[in-house]
Amino acid sequence: MNVIEANGLGKRYGSTWALSGCTLAIPDGHVVALVGPNGAGKTTLLNLAVGLTAPSTGTLTVLGDTRPGSRTALDGIAFVAQDAPLYKNLSVAEMLHLTRNLNRHFDQGYAKVRLDELGIPLDRKAGKLSGGQQAQVALTLALGRRPRLLVLDEPMSSLDPLARHDFMATVMTAIADDGLSVVLSSHVLAELERVADYFVLLSGGSVQVAGEVDDLLACHRVLTGPAAEADRYAERLGVVHAWRGEAQAHLLVRTNGSADPVPPGWEAHPVSLEELTLAYMRDPGAASLPGPVRAGHAEPTQVAK
Amino acid sequence: MPAQPGRDARARPVPWRKMGWVTWRQHRLTLAGVVAVLGVASVYLYITGEQLRHQGFVSYGAGTGLTLTAALFQVIPPLIGAFVGAPVLARELETGTFRFTWTQGFGRARWTIGTLAPLALGVTVLAGAFGFLFSWSYGPQIGVKYGLSPFAGLTFDLRDVAFAGWTLVAFAIGVLAGMLIRRVVAAMFATMVAWSALAVVTGAFLRRHYEAPLVTSKLNLASTDWNMSSSWTRDGKRVSSSTINQVLEKVGVQVNGHGQSVVKGSPLGNMSPTQYLIHHGFTQLTSYQPASRFWPFQWIEGGWLLALSLLLMTAAVWLVHRRAV
Repeated sequence: MNVIEANGLGKRYGSTWALSGCTLAIPDGHVVALVGPNGAGKTTLLNLAVGLTAPSTGTLTVLGDTRPGSRTALDGIAFVAQDAPLYKNLSVAEMLHLTRNLNRHFDQGYAKVRLDELGIPLDRKAGKLSGGQQAQVALTLALGRRPRLLVLDEPMSSLDPLARHDFMATVMTAIADDGLSVVLSSHVLAELERVADYFVLLSGGSVQVAGEVDDLLACHRVLTGPAAEADRYAERLGVVHAWRGEAQAHLLVRTNGSADPVPPGWEAHPVSLEELTLAYMRDPGAASLPGPVRAGHAEPTQVAK
Repeated sequence: MPAQPGRDARARPVPWRKMGWVTWRQHRLTLAGVVAVLGVASVYLYITGEQLRHQGFVSYGAGTGLTLTAALFQVIPPLIGAFVGAPVLARELETGTFRFTWTQGFGRARWTIGTLAPLALGVTVLAGAFGFLFSWSYGPQIGVKYGLSPFAGLTFDLRDVAFAGWTLVAFAIGVLAGMLIRRVVAAMFATMVAWSALAVVTGAFLRRHYEAPLVTSKLNLASTDWNMSSSWTRDGKRVSSSTINQVLEKVGVQVNGHGQSVVKGSPLGNMSPTQYLIHHGFTQLTSYQPASRFWPFQWIEGGWLLALSLLLMTAAVWLVHRRAV
């Protein structure tokens, strides 16, 4: 089952395409990092996935073959929007009660225990809580619904480092306990690198890179060698991005496995997810990548370029 | 806790009754405000009504006071539209809480219906009760004694069914304006402007056409009837006012902007110009709405306002359903 599957998905606001030609299949059971520069279409993709908006073109299904915004999709997907919106004039207890009334399933016991552990008083107005506490309340309300998919849009952008750590700890505990899928968007990769095992890079409204983190790291490496020879290999090796120095050049290349020969005089290093991301982000046009797809009928991810 | 709660979701949605608490918790303060405003106005209406019945006069509030307080009450529907209707969707959109509420299992179109229906019913019932109290209180003043027609523009829409309709339509305008504008303050202003425009157009142009007016050749209508227009005819044909003026000038009646004046030595004698015209084969036809049509007019006005309100609120629900972001 794919938790999110997009085919030629496009979304237009006025005359601007926030998302176009987006084809993607994210399998079940992953923590997905949705990364991209500001304006790449991350929020648009997530809004489409939770049914807050409808595609202008193409198709999008969630949780198997479910239409976003349908009753099944609403029941199975919990969404925490950017800045964790809550009713500021309602107390935390009232927010719990409200969420319970708006859903068929809500684990009130879990939510209360969770908030108690975090030291968030139930009688405090949501608007009087700190940013970190508000984010935790929003996350607890989402997790209390026992979703199959948790969607978090820039969940940590306004949090300090300690609050980020606590927030991610809550998410990771829920993943361990419930085995739910999670999609997190961020323009800061560092906060996702430790937790994500699936990676999607959006750029200019379409998918540039998608795949399991381990697979991506395995089929990329950095070659370091004399700068003078860089151009000669650049064409042959499938270079994603080249850093050229006075004497040495570093080439991020895609390989078909470790069997690819390393040119004489060059050294190969494994690549980190951050290097990989930066390389693709620096060359949004030059690179595209068919991501590994598990679901049988889904088309491979590609970039319409 | 089932591992996959989505499986049986098709079977039954979250029941409507659960929405009741949510709506009440979110809007109880605004509803309390409506009750407070209408309550204060009701106390005033009750006191003046009692005074009129027992003393035959009011210590304050009759005559110009009637005009003033009625004008004051006219702002109640647009205020309800602005403060109750406009924020319902605009506040969600402005603060971003719609991203939370509209992604819950209840579903956003159902949430909107579950919010709008009780609020619309609440303000309509409260306004209807106020409208009947207004009629009871002002009833003795509306009639022959004060020469005030029940159709008088300032009071007709404050009474009975019409007031409930005008309040409901203000609420509905507010809801739709909030959905379209997505800013609370701007939506409040737009609501008041749109409601006022509708009220002015209705009073000036629409209301008189609810039923075809009656036509009479009687010269004196009851002061409670709604006199709409008069014209002179001769042999069944309409005679223009310039022709009438020419006829009158020949017998020494001067017509100017202020009316008619009879010069000395006019052949009219003791006859008034109108009597003279009637003696000479002219007929004055007056079209009017009789006072007995008050209730049909109330129901017609209430009816189309209800239909318009339902249309506006349906449009708002449809917009929520269609495009949230």
